[in-house]
Amino acid sequence: MRARQLNHLWLLISLGAILMVSAVRILTGAHGIDSIGTIRAAIIATCPILMAAIGGLWSERAGVVNIGLEGQMILGTWGAAYFTYYYGPWVGVFGAALLGAVGGLLHALATVTFGVDHIVSGVAINIIGLGASRFLAEAYFTDLEGGGIKQLTGLETPTRVTIPGISDGAEYLADKHWFLVSDLASLVGAMTTDLSLFTVLVAALVIASAWILWRSTFGLRLRSCGENPAAAESLGVNVYRYKYAAVVVSGAMAGIGGGFLALVSSSGFTTGQTNGRGFIGLAAMIFGNWRPGGTTAGALLFGYTDSLQLRDSTSVHALLLIVGIGLVALALWRLRQGKTTTAIVMGALGVAFLVWFLTTDSVPKEFAGMTPYIATLLVLALAAQRLRMPAADGLRYRRGQSI
Amino acid sequence: MNALRRLGASLLAPVIAVVVAMIITSLVISLSGSSAGDFWSVIFSRPVDRAIVNIVNQTSLIYISALAAAIGFRMNLFNIGVEGQYTLASYAAATLAGAALFPGLLNVVLPLLLAVLVGAIWAGIAGLLKVTRGVSEVISTIMLNAIAITLVGYLLNKYGVHVGNGVRSTVIPESSRLDGWTFFEASDGPVWTLATLALLLGVGFWVLLNKTRFGFDLRATGMSQSAAVASGVNVNKMVVVSMLLSGAIAGLIWMPSFFGAAHSYGTAFQAGLGFTGIAVALLGRNQPVGIIFGAVLFAFLNEQSNRLTLETDISVNVVQITQGTIVLAVVVAYEVVRRYRTKLEQRTVAEELAGQRQPAPSERATT
Repeated sequence: MRARQLNHLWLLISLGAILMVSAVRILTGAHGIDSIGTIRAAIIATCPILMAAIGGLWSERAGVVNIGLEGQMILGTWGAAYFTYYYGPWVGVFGAALLGAVGGLLHALATVTFGVDHIVSGVAINIIGLGASRFLAEAYFTDLEGGGIKQLTGLETPTRVTIPGISDGAEYLADKHWFLVSDLASLVGAMTTDLSLFTVLVAALVIASAWILWRSTFGLRLRSCGENPAAAESLGVNVYRYKYAAVVVSGAMAGIGGGFLALVSSSGFTTGQTNGRGFIGLAAMIFGNWRPGGTTAGALLFGYTDSLQLRDSTSVHALLLIVGIGLVALALWRLRQGKTTTAIVMGALGVAFLVWFLTTDSVPKEFAGMTPYIATLLVLALAAQRLRMPAADGLRYRRGQSI
Repeated sequence: MNALRRLGASLLAPVIAVVVAMIITSLVISLSGSSAGDFWSVIFSRPVDRAIVNIVNQTSLIYISALAAAIGFRMNLFNIGVEGQYTLASYAAATLAGAALFPGLLNVVLPLLLAVLVGAIWAGIAGLLKVTRGVSEVISTIMLNAIAITLVGYLLNKYGVHVGNGVRSTVIPESSRLDGWTFFEASDGPVWTLATLALLLGVGFWVLLNKTRFGFDLRATGMSQSAAVASGVNVNKMVVVSMLLSGAIAGLIWMPSFFGAAHSYGTAFQAGLGFTGIAVALLGRNQPVGIIFGAVLFAFLNEQSNRLTLETDISVNVVQITQGTIVLAVVVAYEVVRRYRTKLEQRTVAEELAGQRQPAPSERATT
């Protein structure tokens, strides 16, 4: 019953958001804010972050903080490049997962078997991952065609599909710039035009992860290790084994995210191309309250703003209006709940954004790049009390010891 | 005897770690088809004079960065935002110094203070968010990092001086430069004046932590928050103050290099020191003396590895693998040594108990 109410709420919020975006688009004439191209770019930007975030979810739900996601992701970019070069893109995806899993295994070995502080191990894995990918690139890619000491370009990319009838129709409708209809058409169009099958795989992995973690016995046991490992052990759960499984899968997921970067987001491997996305994934997961739905929403937020800054500046300017309206709406909602202080803070910020929108004509594109980070800070500042991480997250667990 | 044994035990773990890291590095090099022997002979050869100067200078930067991270770690706070704090602080200080509003040394002191202030404020935001709104400092500082780096990029682009392809802040006047002391030939470069800042901060850190009420409270809170609260420590205040301190120190990280060699904020800015500092702080167990060893080790490896490109076919990047492995191996080794000692103690106690089964009460009192 409660779950259904919650779904209802999400549906309403999504619908409200689409209506708002649509209205802003008509008002400002910034049709770029949800054109097919923008949404396509947003999806491509979202996928790597989302995979890192889902990786974080696996690990933290089993009670292991995985700050090494960045390093595992970097290993994934190398793995994808190496295996794609020799065996084609789908083996490349597997290679990305494999290399990421190796990073995960290292983290599991340090944190589970040796009981090392999770943060220390994660920091070390980030250093090792970056160093290893650079070292391996120099050792294996220098003499290849399209390769260099820092890159391997011209890789084959996973199949892209376009669904003929729907794609054209959606594009036609989207170009009409009608209220609401064109926005929905853009969404459909983005998902039916030149869609990489890797993106479909990412979606499938997210859904599968959510199902395994929340609907299967295995997932229940895994999450019990993150909440109360001693109790889980007393019920016959092999906590070490579950933690190992979770952290290795976590690394594999982050690795696949890295693979996406190398095979779909760009035309090949370059060292350091993850550029902090592992950390952003971690932030998206916390933003999403350690749950798959929220995590996906967080990743979408980061992905959307990440892609928008590369596009036209009028869209970025229109974003101010969206943020302003959103904040005012949230403020009103909080006011109804009786949270006057937060409502005032949010309302003031919202009005500030609206004033900014009305008094300027354009926004430096750097500011669009900052939006997701500021938004995350705001959301956390206003809702952090409602976030709850797994109770035993980040704690050391030794079999047979109470602490 | 006891002290000696304790010293031996505390050295055991780092020694094991370095040996393990050496073995793993050798393996990686051998597997990629190069000679591990070449690598070690380059790394362990005597650094040239110029390299020694660089090692000292780099050690000072890494050391300051590690102190900034360590003060948080001692409180169980993870200030991952050192990177953003020193980026923003460096830019602010460079801009003020470049404007040359003040004469001579005043144009050094005031920018330094500004760097401290900016670093502290940027870290303070995370501290305030943590105590007032319960936001994890790990996440807020990651966000603040991204914001700071983007902000500096924007400001530099807009107000900086465009030279060729690059952009930089205004170069500071001759009178504000603090080049330092030349120990070798002039071409080997000087040891920066402000490298001494690292020493001062290190001593200050030790005094603060071990000789003041604040330091005691800080360590107590780090070890057990509930115990600290019970003894009257205001944890919220401690969180904010330690974040402010951490950020204040972070603000100074790049200053020796800025006043000594770079003279402007631009391509000469050295990014990434914040993350190196975190690793070194962990390596040095967050102790001011331990961190010195960590900082020297990292600076030494970085500098010596530059010769790999010229003298061998081994990639410079292998050093990063070595560094990461050392960090990981040290903590693992500490844990293994700790477990071994616990087991040893348990056995000793068990043996002693077995040996003196049921001694008379009077006997027990005398021993």
